[in-house]
Amino acid sequence: MSALVVDRCAPGASVQDGGRVGWRRYGIATAGAMDRLALAVANALVGNPADAAAVELTLAGARFRVVGGPVLVAASGPGVVLTVDGRTLAPGVSARAEDGDLLELSAMRGGVYGYLAVAGGVDLRPEMGSRAFHLRSGIGGAMLTPGMRLPVAGGALAPLALDRVPDHATGPIRFMPGPQDDWFSPESLELLAGADWQVDARSDRMGRFLAGPRLIPRAGSMVSDGVLPGSIQVPPDGQPIVLMRDCQTTGGYPKLATVISADLDRLAQLPAGARFRLAPVDRAGAVSAAQRLAQTIAALNPRPAGAIDTVRLLSANLIDGVVDARGDLDQA
Amino acid sequence: MSAPPRVLPCGDAAISVDFGNVIDLAVNGRVMALDRALAADPVPGVVETVPTYRALMILFDPLATDVEALCAHVLDLATHDAAEPAAPRRWRVPVAYGGAQGEDLDDIAAFAGLTPPAFVEAHAAPVYTVMMIGFMPGFSYLGGLDPRLARPRRDTPRARVPASSVSIGGAQTAIGSVAGPSGWHLIGRTPALPFVLHRDPVFLFGAGDEIVFAPISDAEWRSLSSAAADGAQVAERIA
Repeated sequence: MSALVVDRCAPGASVQDGGRVGWRRYGIATAGAMDRLALAVANALVGNPADAAAVELTLAGARFRVVGGPVLVAASGPGVVLTVDGRTLAPGVSARAEDGDLLELSAMRGGVYGYLAVAGGVDLRPEMGSRAFHLRSGIGGAMLTPGMRLPVAGGALAPLALDRVPDHATGPIRFMPGPQDDWFSPESLELLAGADWQVDARSDRMGRFLAGPRLIPRAGSMVSDGVLPGSIQVPPDGQPIVLMRDCQTTGGYPKLATVISADLDRLAQLPAGARFRLAPVDRAGAVSAAQRLAQTIAALNPRPAGAIDTVRLLSANLIDGVVDARGDLDQA
Repeated sequence: MSAPPRVLPCGDAAISVDFGNVIDLAVNGRVMALDRALAADPVPGVVETVPTYRALMILFDPLATDVEALCAHVLDLATHDAAEPAAPRRWRVPVAYGGAQGEDLDDIAAFAGLTPPAFVEAHAAPVYTVMMIGFMPGFSYLGGLDPRLARPRRDTPRARVPASSVSIGGAQTAIGSVAGPSGWHLIGRTPALPFVLHRDPVFLFGAGDEIVFAPISDAEWRSLSSAAADGAQVAERIA
């Protein structure tokens, strides 16, 4: 069986898939890829289902050596460039890597999370139905360290190509008010939607810390209830935290609003320091956004790669495909 | 008929059915009753539910769920109480109190104005209810603590407390499962393993279960711990 051996990596590199479903009642986080669309793109390019287990990188690049036989590989994510045995791939193309080849992934540019998919997926033993690694509990997958061996399930070896790598939606990150908007002054939702927000450097897979105006919840003690990725919880200091894929299952801070499921991927890709806006949306708008994202993923249908794909200009990599919510800020 | 809960939106993929901002066994009982009723009479699209002290979170696939029908269904279930509440599971959980297994026992007993043996007796007297699991995998928040034993959390949390710790934080007591950070007072440790990956069941305790504690000696803790490590079930299901 072929495998990838980690030659070089930075903290925050882990194995992720579509996440762990059905265990939140026992305090088990869903985890899973921070950018489901980017995971789906890399997986499609190696013939995998959208949520197969892949390597997720955080900001920094990584290097792997292929051992035990050839494997079909592809990368995705903001500005990520994959080099296979010295050959640089254009975005939206997979490549056959031979036994002994080095795979080099560049650092992210204009985003946070990148993916390396292998045909058949990373073949670690699932834990509670998923290979997604959850840092706080240590459950699932793996946190990558140099020397670690990641078994590859294996599959087809013929390279594939997408004519177009889909981008995230643009515009403000959308939220639905609630569940605890009644713990805040009526102006708080307007402030949430009207202010410029900045991603704080403390952000990680558990939460996006937002810097901006203070949203003070009313005094009093809130008894814990359920939280989920997207919950905008506000601690007493008034600085909101959007909970992300690795978040806990329960919490005692009031939650002013909830980021809609379709916008979690692009929120995850906003790097520390990025400025962005939030905007309210009703349920119908949130559901159509979820529909569009699902359709985009379902429409990933790569064709066999031809000679033209292997000579596509590297300059294609210089086109920044990441969501830039600042564009909308400028228009506002 | 009971007063209807509030159904609160949690984005496009969840709702929270909220019974009130209190820690109360009767309120928590309504959460658990709704969770059971919904499991018995499911709605298409629902992915999972998370019962907490005061609310039931229902997570669903926004592309496969009629949210209005789901809300109407849960309000109907919540206002028409089941005639016969299901009998909860009850566990007898051995605990070694104090000493190396519960280093804060003497201190918290002094805070309560009790001798350590009297404190242990009071802690092991009630039938507790698992009101919520959260914070860490399998961390079980128990309702039913004798109010005399309550104490605000430590000013400085510990970075790491052992797995299977029994602790008190404010008016709550809890059984931990995995090692992790905690600001609660450590009063004992059970040799039982509430959470073991690849075991069936993965988790011993579920929300709504009842727990009684049985004090054991340090020597018993050691022998039961090695039995548990070999796969023995040392927490006994008694109902």
